[in-house]
Amino acid sequence: MTSLIQQTILLPKVSKKSSLLPLFSHKVAAGFPSPADDYIEVRLSLDEHLIPNKESTFFVRAKGNSMAGAGIFDGDLLVVDKSLTPSSGDIVIAVVDGDLTVKRLIKRGDKVILKPENPSFKDIEFKDGQELQVWGVVTSTVKKFV
Amino acid sequence: MPLALVDCNNFYVSCERVFNPRLEGKPVVVLSNNDGVAVARSNEVKALGIKMGEPWFKMEKIARQHGIIAYSSNYTLYGDLSARVMSILSTFSPKQEIYSIDECFLDLDGFDPQSLMTYGQIIRQAVKQSLGIPVCVGIADTKTLAKLANHCAKKGLAGADGVCDFGRLNDGERTVLFASIPVGEVWGVGRRITEKLLTMNITTVEDLRTANLERIQSQFSVVLGRTVNELNAIPCIELEEAGTPRQQIMVSRSFGSSVTCLADLSESVTYFTTRAAEKLRHDGSVAASVCVYIRTNPFKEDDPQYQRSMIVPLSRPSDDTTKLVQAALAGLKAIYRSGYNYKKTGVLLMGLQPKATIQPALFDDPLEQAKSDSLMHVMDAINKKMGQGCVGIAASGIRQRWAMRRERKSPNYTTDWNELPVAG
Repeated sequence: MTSLIQQTILLPKVSKKSSLLPLFSHKVAAGFPSPADDYIEVRLSLDEHLIPNKESTFFVRAKGNSMAGAGIFDGDLLVVDKSLTPSSGDIVIAVVDGDLTVKRLIKRGDKVILKPENPSFKDIEFKDGQELQVWGVVTSTVKKFV
Repeated sequence: MPLALVDCNNFYVSCERVFNPRLEGKPVVVLSNNDGVAVARSNEVKALGIKMGEPWFKMEKIARQHGIIAYSSNYTLYGDLSARVMSILSTFSPKQEIYSIDECFLDLDGFDPQSLMTYGQIIRQAVKQSLGIPVCVGIADTKTLAKLANHCAKKGLAGADGVCDFGRLNDGERTVLFASIPVGEVWGVGRRITEKLLTMNITTVEDLRTANLERIQSQFSVVLGRTVNELNAIPCIELEEAGTPRQQIMVSRSFGSSVTCLADLSESVTYFTTRAAEKLRHDGSVAASVCVYIRTNPFKEDDPQYQRSMIVPLSRPSDDTTKLVQAALAGLKAIYRSGYNYKKTGVLLMGLQPKATIQPALFDDPLEQAKSDSLMHVMDAINKKMGQGCVGIAASGIRQRWAMRRERKSPNYTTDWNELPVAG
């Protein structure tokens, strides 16, 4: 009878392990302060170096070797800033027949040329009335060796 | 106090076009999760008379006829581009309220009223040039009017070129313009209110603006009264800046194909609760209760219909996935009825509060709590590093038969190294 009564009494679960509560947590300085403490600067960031305009920068993968002469090879990563206004001589991502293409932009008078940097590819010329759509300006390429 | 509402044009479609220039000038539609209904339409699609929310199976024929290109929604892409748009727009005003994924209010108080049109154009060009996303700008003295001005900018009703400044209209011009716009276009005036207004002979924006305020308040609500005031350039709705923590977290989705058995529903509810719990911990909050709901497909009119939801309170607020899943599954079990084809379930975490403010309860085991915290911490860390869903509760299933159908989704151009756009 007594055992039955005992079973119906609800008791808070008591953990067998002791639990430690931190009462006060503070690091105590031991040893000597580093002589370099006052000279620590922020570590260099590749993002910061390559991407001044964070919001308008996109990554594009290069395909083929039409820009080999400019050091852009198949599979390279192109850093592209859409906010920049393209000038003659810039390497750009342009829209040709609905596809993205990477070429050097050359403006001569009224004529606009998308110039590959590889003798086995032909220039793409834009005459009066043909509108060239520049998608963005290539600001750098990233090449991984390992 | 002038303010601007900047709204992206056909945002989801515009996002797809940024990375796929071929879509320019073509009819494009973006479908909701599960390829269900149209959630974004290009102007070409709007011209074909396809409405927002129209189910895909109903427009498939007309889509084939006109070569409509349909995409599954790619919220990863839209979310990233939205963050970029909002960040660029934030540079144009000290105060910004992000109202939705594709629109925000900018405070233009103190700007030279004469230059606001030009400023609007600069804003438009900045977003267009930086991201390739077209936006429209509506400028006025209240939020309701700015919304309306944006509508006018989009439709080219007052001045072309995507910017509309009501400050440039004199009283006569405004009366003519407002009398030409149906009252349903006003922010906060939905279909039901529009119908009731119609019976009171209030059909245009101008009718509502000049309506008797007391009559509106007594017939409808204080809220619609505020709208009338706002239409009269009396600001009643404040600009809310970011930083207010979420009040609730919702994760819900339709199934790829309908689900009938409790086991499959349990898997999906477990999965959604897991996602919601992750968001909860990201915010540093705890939830006091879990609401779970299920429903059949209302578009399948021949199927028997059923929908039900249940709120399950927790014994104490928690951010522990296992506890939240337990509660959600208990709720699901209580509302589940066999014999129905379920199309959608959802989980809503409610009564959120910052974790740091909760009181420990008398019978709490601090060791248990610490264990739960470190388990959740490890789970989140692994999933962040190895990809979403890498580690989870086994009850969410491995095959996930209920998973979403997203057959026409575009690549994650901006968030996945393997899916970057390619230039030849």
